[in-house]
Amino acid sequence: MSARDNILARLRAAPAGEALPLPDVAAWYAAAAPAEAATPVERFRANIEAAHAEVHDTDAASWPALLARIAGAKNVRRLLVGNGAPEAAALAGHADAALQLVPYVEPASRWRDDFFDGIDAALTPARSAIADTGSLILWPDATAPRLMSLVPAIHFVLLDAAAIHRDLYTAMKAERWADGMPTNALVISGPSKTADIQQTLAYGAHGPRELVVLLLRRPS
Amino acid sequence: MSAQPVEFHPSFAERSKAAIDDPHLRQSFRGAMDFLQAKRRAQFPDAEELGRLRDLGAAIRRYALANLPQLLEQLEGKLTANGVKVHWAETPAEANAIVLGIARRHAAKRMVKGKSMVSEECGFNHAMEAAGIEALETDMGEYIVQLAGEGPSHIIMPAIHKTKQQIAQLFAEKLPGVKYTENVDALIRIGREVLRKKFAAADIGLSGVNFAVAETGTLFLVENEGNGRMCTTVPKVHVAITDIEKVVAKLEHVTVLNTLLPRSATGQAVETYQNFISGPRKPDELDGPDEVHLILLDNGRTQAYSDVQLRATLQCIRCGACMNHCPVYARIGGHAYGTVYPGPIGAIISPHLLGLESTYPLAFASTLCGACAEVCPVRIPIVDILIRLRTEAQARPDAAHLRGSGTARTAGVSAIWRAWSVIYSRLGLYRLTTWFMSRSRALSPTEQGAWTRSRTPLVPAPKRLRDLLRERRR
Amino acid sequence: MGLDAPSPRHYPRKPADVYLFATCLVDQFAPEAGLDAVRLLEREGIAVHFPDDQTCCGQPAYTNGFPDEARAVARRQIQVFDRPWPVVVPSGSCAAMMRHNYPKLFAGDPVWAAKAAELSGRIFELTEFLVHVVGFDHRDAGAPCTVALHTSCHARREMGVHETSAALLAGLGGVTVAQQARAEECCGFGGTFAILQPDISEAMVTEKVASLKESGAQRVVSADCGCLFNILGRAAKQDEIAGRAEPSLPGEHIASFLWRRTGDPR
Repeated sequence: MSARDNILARLRAAPAGEALPLPDVAAWYAAAAPAEAATPVERFRANIEAAHAEVHDTDAASWPALLARIAGAKNVRRLLVGNGAPEAAALAGHADAALQLVPYVEPASRWRDDFFDGIDAALTPARSAIADTGSLILWPDATAPRLMSLVPAIHFVLLDAAAIHRDLYTAMKAERWADGMPTNALVISGPSKTADIQQTLAYGAHGPRELVVLLLRRPS
Repeated sequence: MSAQPVEFHPSFAERSKAAIDDPHLRQSFRGAMDFLQAKRRAQFPDAEELGRLRDLGAAIRRYALANLPQLLEQLEGKLTANGVKVHWAETPAEANAIVLGIARRHAAKRMVKGKSMVSEECGFNHAMEAAGIEALETDMGEYIVQLAGEGPSHIIMPAIHKTKQQIAQLFAEKLPGVKYTENVDALIRIGREVLRKKFAAADIGLSGVNFAVAETGTLFLVENEGNGRMCTTVPKVHVAITDIEKVVAKLEHVTVLNTLLPRSATGQAVETYQNFISGPRKPDELDGPDEVHLILLDNGRTQAYSDVQLRATLQCIRCGACMNHCPVYARIGGHAYGTVYPGPIGAIISPHLLGLESTYPLAFASTLCGACAEVCPVRIPIVDILIRLRTEAQARPDAAHLRGSGTARTAGVSAIWRAWSVIYSRLGLYRLTTWFMSRSRALSPTEQGAWTRSRTPLVPAPKRLRDLLRERRR
Repeated sequence: MGLDAPSPRHYPRKPADVYLFATCLVDQFAPEAGLDAVRLLEREGIAVHFPDDQTCCGQPAYTNGFPDEARAVARRQIQVFDRPWPVVVPSGSCAAMMRHNYPKLFAGDPVWAAKAAELSGRIFELTEFLVHVVGFDHRDAGAPCTVALHTSCHARREMGVHETSAALLAGLGGVTVAQQARAEECCGFGGTFAILQPDISEAMVTEKVASLKESGAQRVVSADCGCLFNILGRAAKQDEIAGRAEPSLPGEHIASFLWRRTGDPR
């Protein structure tokens, strides 16, 4: 018998406990206290700022100029962008000698040293976000690979202010996650951090030291 | 199962005494416990809502356990369909052999590790070292304790026993070119620089798993640092290792459990990274591992599962709140337990991993104050389980249920409790005994063993309550 | 044990008769506390019955892994308290044993399960009974003083009655209740724990004594004698070592404190 068969046989031989119904998660979230007066955008912003992220209000037309300005202030010279990503195209006009756009073309394994040491920041879109915990949802793909939100010291994120859900459960249901998960889904709630030395909080443990959210609002 | 009983040298008593006599250690733990307790309290301002959330968390875990064999098969099926290779291991040795097999296939020499208590349980780092493979811990706390040649003293905060001065000293001694600094930001930057090079050069990334979702075939991992994501994303092979009870039925169950986990563990509302892994990279993806493996480890879980009462032990989501609130853990720290899992959860899970013969002292190292059960986010009845393990430890051979049951039983102690029971249950015998004690109170010993080492002696009153009441009625 | 969220309890109207289960510790080592509990109850016009055949709740054997021995002792108590009167217990720990663990101890027993459940339904911890059943309301005649309250873990977490002792003290006009650090933390008694883990127990009780003293309290009161003996014994030992004649941390059972301040004609 294999380890698998032995383990499953032992589990099956164990006395049955009481029969239990599938827990009603929907009821819990339906009954959860309604959010305070603040709007989802306000709550998202307050929560992620409390986790040390920067949030900038902008819109679909003006974010490239804003990003170029912030990147300049942070001494970002080489900005990683998704290959063929729409946001890369939108930003192209703002690249110059001071701000070079580096498209993510080759598999990471082929340019690892340059990726780890030579890139100052990366720009990715967020799929959506969560108000309750101040979190960004990313579903990395070929135009926004996984490591863009992890390796560079600064991570810029474009977020549509209309795509902010109350909580992760609501986001999962609205976006039908259970029907088909990507190879990797991420929920990111601030820059990388640690409190492993004497409970003292320090940012930029292994991932980005800075997380900068460009919040795209619809012109009113 | 490893049949050889494990023996601890020095014993629990010796280790705990040494810890109590170490003022730095006492200060580290006391400070950390006060801090973590206050942070958790602040996260749960509404006691009623917390109560209902714990009910739901417990229901989710109980449901998963009630359907464990089916869910494991479903998980295996979904993961396999997603392109993840699933392995099963009954013992730590089998788990290590599986990893070595994968490593050999890839001629791997360097392995980076995200935090995994199951790998600690397997003595994984030593097994890899013996095979000539570097297994480097990359969680800052784990990195620090590995550098110091120690193991974690807490399941969430591995280096909780160390002061920043000790860490500064350690870095200056062990890392070439590093000068002594107590600046925490500087220390973290040093760790970051050392480990980034290691991530980039590693052949295999090893990680634990917080929950494995049967519905979608998804491995869910949480962390704050980003080292976990490095391990699961940068190397071309990712090996995840977990214990069989970490499975949950539905993706939505993760949202509930992860509402409880970080708040119970460190008093933070949410972790920086929630990492949902459902497969290796697709051909058009530019990063992520080419291969993902999951190792499902038993190592005694099926024994706990076989007993309806002890099965609740497996509800655990490894938040560490029980140790953060345990007055015994606060005094002696994690290393004194001698087991990979310390504190109350260590006392109730370790007997299944290692056998009761070496671990029953942990079940007795509790005042049964119930602080652990009070904060447990999934309502494990820890106190009842501790009492049950004490009962197993004292069991007669015909009433033994567990590996090592009955090994605490001695003729002397059993006789004392038998005599006690007779005195306290036979009419008149108790009255006679206590009458005698109160009359001979002047002869009460002034040395009452361990009691009077720290306290004045207990002396019976000259008249018992029953005597006073009788006099009053006259 | 492990009932970390005691469900709200329905309390009866004030009865004409109650039993007192004194506990073995009170009977042998603190009989004055038992007598004061009787006085407090009798003052309310309640007849207090003390069956002479009562002994111990059985907790020591139960928690040390000897359930058969505990059952023998528990069965005796179930037989002794056979009339349908409430059983008042001047100890949260022993009350918790009888209320929550008797049903577990006899689960599945065709004869004793029902009897254990019946008895457990009428077990009341003393301060719980005074607040919720009696409606304790008496004038404080004592001199102003500051006390600290130590609540046992079983009273707090199993019986869920940590608020009743506090409520009784809050009703005494001359009494200020000092707040000690980590009030909810165990004192390190734990029955045989104090003997089996002497070093850990000493570390715990030493810190408990320190926080009680630092609270500014002149004395400590508790509804549990086990904790009291541990705390007061430790403080007295420290006094002995330091050569202090006067106790640096005196204390007593809350029954004695309440009676002295509100009823004692002495």
